[in-house]
Amino acid sequence: MSVTPAAPIEREGDRTTGRPPRSPAGRRRLLVAIAFLAPALILLGALVVYPVIYTVWRSFYSASGGEFVGGENFVTMFTDPSTFQAIRNNFIWVVVAPIACTALGLVFAVLLDKIKWATAFKLIIFMPMAISMLAAGVIFRTVFQENPNIGVVNAAIVAVQDVFGDSSAYPGARERPETGVTSAEGAISGENPVAVGETQNFPLIGIRQGDVPDTARQAEEAPSAQRGEITGTVWLDVVRGGGGTNGQIDEGKQGLPGVTVQAIDASGEVAATAETQPNGTYELTGLQDGEYTVILPAANFTATVGGVSWLGPSLINFVVIASYIWIWAGFAMIMIASGLSALDRSLQEAARVDGANEWQVFRRITAPLLMPVIIVVFVTLIINVLKIFDLVYVIPPGESKPAANVIAVEMWNVSFGGGNNQGLGSALAILLLVLVLPSMIINVRRFRQERQR
Amino acid sequence: MRLTRQRRILIPLAAAGAVGLALTGCAGGGQNEAPEEIEGVDLSGTTLEIASDWSGAEQENFEKVLDLFEETTGATVNYTSLGNNIATVLGTQLEGGNPPDVAVLPQPGLLRQLAADGNIVALEGDALSAVEDNFSQDWIDLGSVDGDVYGVWFKGSNKSTVWYNADIYDEAGAEPPEDWDGFLEQLQLIADAGYYGISVGGDVGWPLTDWFENVYLRSAGPEMYDQLSNHEIPWTDPSVTEALQLLSDLWSNEQLTQPGAGQRTFPDTVIEVFGDDPTAGTVYEGDFLAGNISANTNSVVGENALFYDFPAINDSGPSVVGGGNAAVAFNDDEGTMALMQFLASPEAAEVWVQAGGFTSPNQNVDTSLYPDDTSRQIAEALVGAETFRFDMSDLAPSAFGGTEGGGEWQILLDFINNPTDVAGTQQALEAAAASAWAQ
Repeated sequence: MSVTPAAPIEREGDRTTGRPPRSPAGRRRLLVAIAFLAPALILLGALVVYPVIYTVWRSFYSASGGEFVGGENFVTMFTDPSTFQAIRNNFIWVVVAPIACTALGLVFAVLLDKIKWATAFKLIIFMPMAISMLAAGVIFRTVFQENPNIGVVNAAIVAVQDVFGDSSAYPGARERPETGVTSAEGAISGENPVAVGETQNFPLIGIRQGDVPDTARQAEEAPSAQRGEITGTVWLDVVRGGGGTNGQIDEGKQGLPGVTVQAIDASGEVAATAETQPNGTYELTGLQDGEYTVILPAANFTATVGGVSWLGPSLINFVVIASYIWIWAGFAMIMIASGLSALDRSLQEAARVDGANEWQVFRRITAPLLMPVIIVVFVTLIINVLKIFDLVYVIPPGESKPAANVIAVEMWNVSFGGGNNQGLGSALAILLLVLVLPSMIINVRRFRQERQR
Repeated sequence: MRLTRQRRILIPLAAAGAVGLALTGCAGGGQNEAPEEIEGVDLSGTTLEIASDWSGAEQENFEKVLDLFEETTGATVNYTSLGNNIATVLGTQLEGGNPPDVAVLPQPGLLRQLAADGNIVALEGDALSAVEDNFSQDWIDLGSVDGDVYGVWFKGSNKSTVWYNADIYDEAGAEPPEDWDGFLEQLQLIADAGYYGISVGGDVGWPLTDWFENVYLRSAGPEMYDQLSNHEIPWTDPSVTEALQLLSDLWSNEQLTQPGAGQRTFPDTVIEVFGDDPTAGTVYEGDFLAGNISANTNSVVGENALFYDFPAINDSGPSVVGGGNAAVAFNDDEGTMALMQFLASPEAAEVWVQAGGFTSPNQNVDTSLYPDDTSRQIAEALVGAETFRFDMSDLAPSAFGGTEGGGEWQILLDFINNPTDVAGTQQALEAAAASAWAQ
């Protein structure tokens, strides 16, 4: 779609040749000019002008191409929720990505200008540019996977949380339903309070046989409670290979050792604490007469925290834009650094001699002198961002694709990715062209101004 | 469809064609006997052109089938692989007036279109009776247009297979269930044992369409399935509500269904169930899942990676949702018809059956010839099914049944993220279907 070269070449041709010359020598010069321009013009005509005109024409026709539908495709474009989402996302991209890239590039360039080993650092920051966008997309998709075993970002988060959090013995365990046990806020408790001298059993499920500690033994009925005691058993209510009756201590069901058990009195205070034996039995002792609720506190069962759902619909745009910045900040840095190295250092020196601090030097001297380069970088990035395709096509998993959609991807999906509606696809392509044009014009203008200077 | 597409590697056409007539009797193909019916046909000097989208190993095996025909009749058969763009390439050949004699098509839609345009000929005489003898009515109907039989379904696939990790099933004491309620009970047993009952991978949406199709075929029955396939009833129909409600009950249960389905790819679900550190006991997808198990995990198909048929719902009989490849004839020459008759015979299919990686919908194929128990079980479920229906999303316009980020794929992905919204899902499906069928 790039039409940048066409405009300056034609205009320049106008200026140098002027009116058609009448002399034989002038005519020969014209012929030579045409001969030299012809290949470029033919290529541009075939590869740029003709496709653009055809796309405009096609955008007024239906999906099959047989029926003239006027502006219907353009109406659909702004009313269909998925295309509208794509246009909105493109807007977010244009606002965020070029500014972030340019700003980061400027910071890197200015800071690296002052340190040793600058080339090495520049190389590292520039290196992502050498990776194909598709490969970078695959890398970022893996890096941000929700499963901490795959995604490195979540692995780091989980590792940090594990250091500060307690790991429990039986993560994810839950009570067997309909056995007189209930759960609330992660803790498992008896449904009804029990009186001292009675028994409260806890049949649990959701624990793998392989996760039961080696010390565990066959579960047993707790000895009947003595005075001031409540007893019971905490066991895994699943027999390896199936069988047994739910909620009963059968052959093959293992006790769960090391579970903390608490007796809670009517006022909500912990009256006694115990820990289960290898056969799953516990004895809460030293209790006053009365009724207590026996609970297994949540700390026994807290599951390891899972990762953040980076690739979910709410965070997906952030992830994709961040990966874009990772790649293109290097480009901005190299461009700005080259502008910086061409600067007249005496101005900065003069300012420092006059007592300006580094911030003032940057604000008043360096930044204004770099402005032409910064604007070129910025406008180039805007054009680049409007056309973004690869990262958005690769990174989002199925559920986040609509949330991450942009115009170029929507154009592909609608026309070739299964939608088979090349009328609507053409309309989207025209929209993209119209959006890119202003930046193109700005760039062309700047080129001309610089030549005049 | 999708998976086969990824599996295939396009290799350049075997330029030699099928020159090595009798030489290729190796690898078991030589022991096969040709069907008696074509034994007496003499086609010496006749050259037949046959085309399909098979390449690589599938092409080699299919050429072994054709070798048997060449040996018996003396004809020369040239095979051409048209790759994945078979519809486009055939269209070009037809416009140029030079179609092959026989083509093997991957989609019934293409068959119907070619029949409607008058490009392929209906089967008659011996070829027709061979089809009627060897195929169940569902397969014959699938290859018929307006009562005329055009297609010989040479290859089939079974997408009604539920794969399970036998180690986890043993540990939990779960067993292959008979019906949907039993299915949920077994999944609960697995959840009690500390694993998720089933791992669902939304991927870009296509596995969820296979889920829906299996549930719908069983809960609503084949007649409704056909009507919904053709969009003769709307997606807001109560029968769709019932099927989605069944899925909703399963998918919204965080003990039975592993959470995070919307972001999980299909290959990842296979690793969740059959990997070294499995987290779930069951995964549903078609027979090609066996390939993922072999390629990506250390589990062994037939030992600890087994499958059972998709459970019955509302006392539905044995039903299979699947796909297949149908041979069609572009002329009624003697040689072409003899080849069609040959392809409809069990003997032709048995050549490839022995080579492996193949399921024949031909009901008279000797299933003892399948190289292992799992592929035999898959094939027996396919030919033993009372009802066979083609994958519904493959029959739909691709804007509805085959677009990433749109249509049925995306709507079902949204549904698995929010499984309680059955009515909203139905409305979205109906809106997408209406616009796709209107194109």
